[in-house]
Amino acid sequence: MSGTPHGRSRALNGRERVRPRRPEWAAPEYPPGAIPLPVLAAGALSAPGSAQTTERLVGLDRELNGPGWSPEMAELRERGAAIRRETLADLEGYLAQLTGRVEANGGVVHRAATPADGRAIIAGIARDNGVSMVVKSKSMATEELHLNRHLEEEGIEVVETDLGEYIVQLADERPSHIIAPAVHKAQADVTELFGQAAGEPVADDPNALASLARDRLREDFRTADMGISGVNFAAADTGTLTLMTNEGNGRMVTSQPRVHVAVMPVEKVIPRFTDLATLLPLLAHAASKQTLTVYQTMVTGPRREGEADGPERLHLVILDNGRTRLPGTRYEEVLACIRCGACQGACPVYRTMGGGHGYGAVYGGPIGAVLSPLLADGAQHRQLPFLSSLCGKCYDVCPVKIPLPDMLVDLRADYERDRRGGRAARLAWRAWAAAWTRPLVYRMSLRAVRAADRILGQRLLSRFPGARVWTRTRALPPLRRVGAFRAWRRKRA
Amino acid sequence: MPDRVALFATCVGDLAAPGPARAAVEVLEQMGVTVEVPAGQSCCGQPALNSGFPREAAAMARCWVATFEPFPAVVTVSGSCAGMVRHHYERILDGEWRRRASALFARTWEFTQFVAAYGEELRPRLEDTEQGTVTYHDSCHMLRNLGERQAPRDVLAGIGGVRLCEMRDPDICCGFGGTFSVKFPEVSTAMADRKLDQGQATGARYLVSADAGCLLHLSGRARARTAAAPAPRHIAELLRDALAASRGQGELR
Ligand code: SF4
Repeated sequence: MSGTPHGRSRALNGRERVRPRRPEWAAPEYPPGAIPLPVLAAGALSAPGSAQTTERLVGLDRELNGPGWSPEMAELRERGAAIRRETLADLEGYLAQLTGRVEANGGVVHRAATPADGRAIIAGIARDNGVSMVVKSKSMATEELHLNRHLEEEGIEVVETDLGEYIVQLADERPSHIIAPAVHKAQADVTELFGQAAGEPVADDPNALASLARDRLREDFRTADMGISGVNFAAADTGTLTLMTNEGNGRMVTSQPRVHVAVMPVEKVIPRFTDLATLLPLLAHAASKQTLTVYQTMVTGPRREGEADGPERLHLVILDNGRTRLPGTRYEEVLACIRCGACQGACPVYRTMGGGHGYGAVYGGPIGAVLSPLLADGAQHRQLPFLSSLCGKCYDVCPVKIPLPDMLVDLRADYERDRRGGRAARLAWRAWAAAWTRPLVYRMSLRAVRAADRILGQRLLSRFPGARVWTRTRALPPLRRVGAFRAWRRKRA
Repeated sequence: MPDRVALFATCVGDLAAPGPARAAVEVLEQMGVTVEVPAGQSCCGQPALNSGFPREAAAMARCWVATFEPFPAVVTVSGSCAGMVRHHYERILDGEWRRRASALFARTWEFTQFVAAYGEELRPRLEDTEQGTVTYHDSCHMLRNLGERQAPRDVLAGIGGVRLCEMRDPDICCGFGGTFSVKFPEVSTAMADRKLDQGQATGARYLVSADAGCLLHLSGRARARTAAAPAPRHIAELLRDALAASRGQGELR
């Protein structure tokens, strides 16, 4: 959907000229479940540019995850994992402490139980402050709120200022990766997109494209009424909100406009300011193998007397969206996530589908397949845990050691337990287990398969439900050799 | 070295690929081990677990433990199944069964682990050097649930005349993933193609693995696709053939 053509934003100038090319499932508000997941996954795989993206992602994975954990980084990882679990052991306690500190620092804290609450709170802040233009730095929590669309409906212009987010905003898409939202776009795509927005061809050169964006965004930082940012870590003991960016846009968004709204899901809280010494380098390393991001912006309250810049008002919106149900369950550790995106780039399924759009959710990849069904609106995403080959690479790269593969397995069990019409499948598996735990019946089942092969032949066998799908692209194994190993043993004995 | 082992042939060995189990028996016997194949064995339960049926998987797990418990050691020709026993049994079993499973796991070996540990007397050699270029695919569960990267490479290095040409990404998943392969066939197939293409790029004749599941998938794809691919082959069969060749019996194929 295109924004207001003649708004104040310079960055969004010409947005209406962009000819949308995205598949419907890449849209910011793709309604989950609108396309059956297997169809969606196949569509993402064969979408134009998808194969190219796969190659880029594979190269990136080699670069980022090839070396593995050095002893020093492994130690940092242990410390980070421990801090995150310490947080979860008393999540509400730390949130209360954080709230107290932020308020003492002069900020206002809101708790949003649902995305709708979050939208209403932020729209309310905008109204109260007469806001007509917002600049945003990267925030996945606001994606959960579908905030941009909502604010636009209120007549407010919203400008994404993270370069990747800016690209997907112009293209009317949602991020396909947690920290690299436009990872599914090739350079040529960006050149074309920027050219359309500019109304004239632009140079097909990364530096030129970046400065074009910088140029268009610069003015908006100065003229926006409100900045909306995410939060990477919120220290409970000092109330300091830390943002990590490589572009410095986080610093602009949190310091230039007169109102700053920071949005975080509950789990972004950490016990102590000093924990940042562990978590900042850990996140930078996991995300992009940097020692540290180029900017760490630390916000401790709005502008004080005598300070040169900073917002007049600071609001912190803490989003729940079903998360506080998780502590104490076997999925508690998913809240340890620090949103580095490493599990996404490391996932061969994610890469093969050319990024995260094929998951049909706000969060794609392994973390998305685990988190999405656990959020308040998770019912639409309960099949996502099956969209994994369970290769386990996500656990290897996760900086806080979340057992994502085990959770995927457990979530599958939850799905099968609860789904309607699941009884037949359960009975079938029960019968299978009953048969295969009895040697005689097991051997009879082997014989039955061999007989079926002899009588029906492979052609007919390939028409059975599971086999039909398998044989579309793969040959069946030669079933005449069913039981051959046992027969060979008997003959020798 | 345990002088008596029970071989776990796996359900894939019974249903689709009897070759590796047979080869493993022959290799183990050459090592001087008495191999038993307990009649009560069937499947480790992984298909049920990964499909969302842990209770049914637990029934299989208890059966597996009871079947193999009487033996001093267990050897399996599938890294994934060994990984299931090691990683998942303690998650789906409880109480006494969990204790029994972990005691049994302590003496459960994936085939190449056993050969790497006790097979130094073997002198396998492939005469025909054309046969000898292989590339190795790490099964995800063997690599990550079992933590085994080295043993199969040691075994390959011990075969005279075999040259291991590592593919670009030996540890990327082949896309099998059990039910994943039929729930998301296009994605699964694309992953297999990447694996086969990388294998092909090494110029290897065989794409060797130690996991029955991956091999089932990769051979199925290799036979169905038009692009060339190295022949997927279980490491036990390669080793058995090399042993046969070095003894002049020539069971090459
Ligand atoms: S689950 Fe782990 S690897 Fe994935 S985004 Fe979260 S912290 Fe990073």
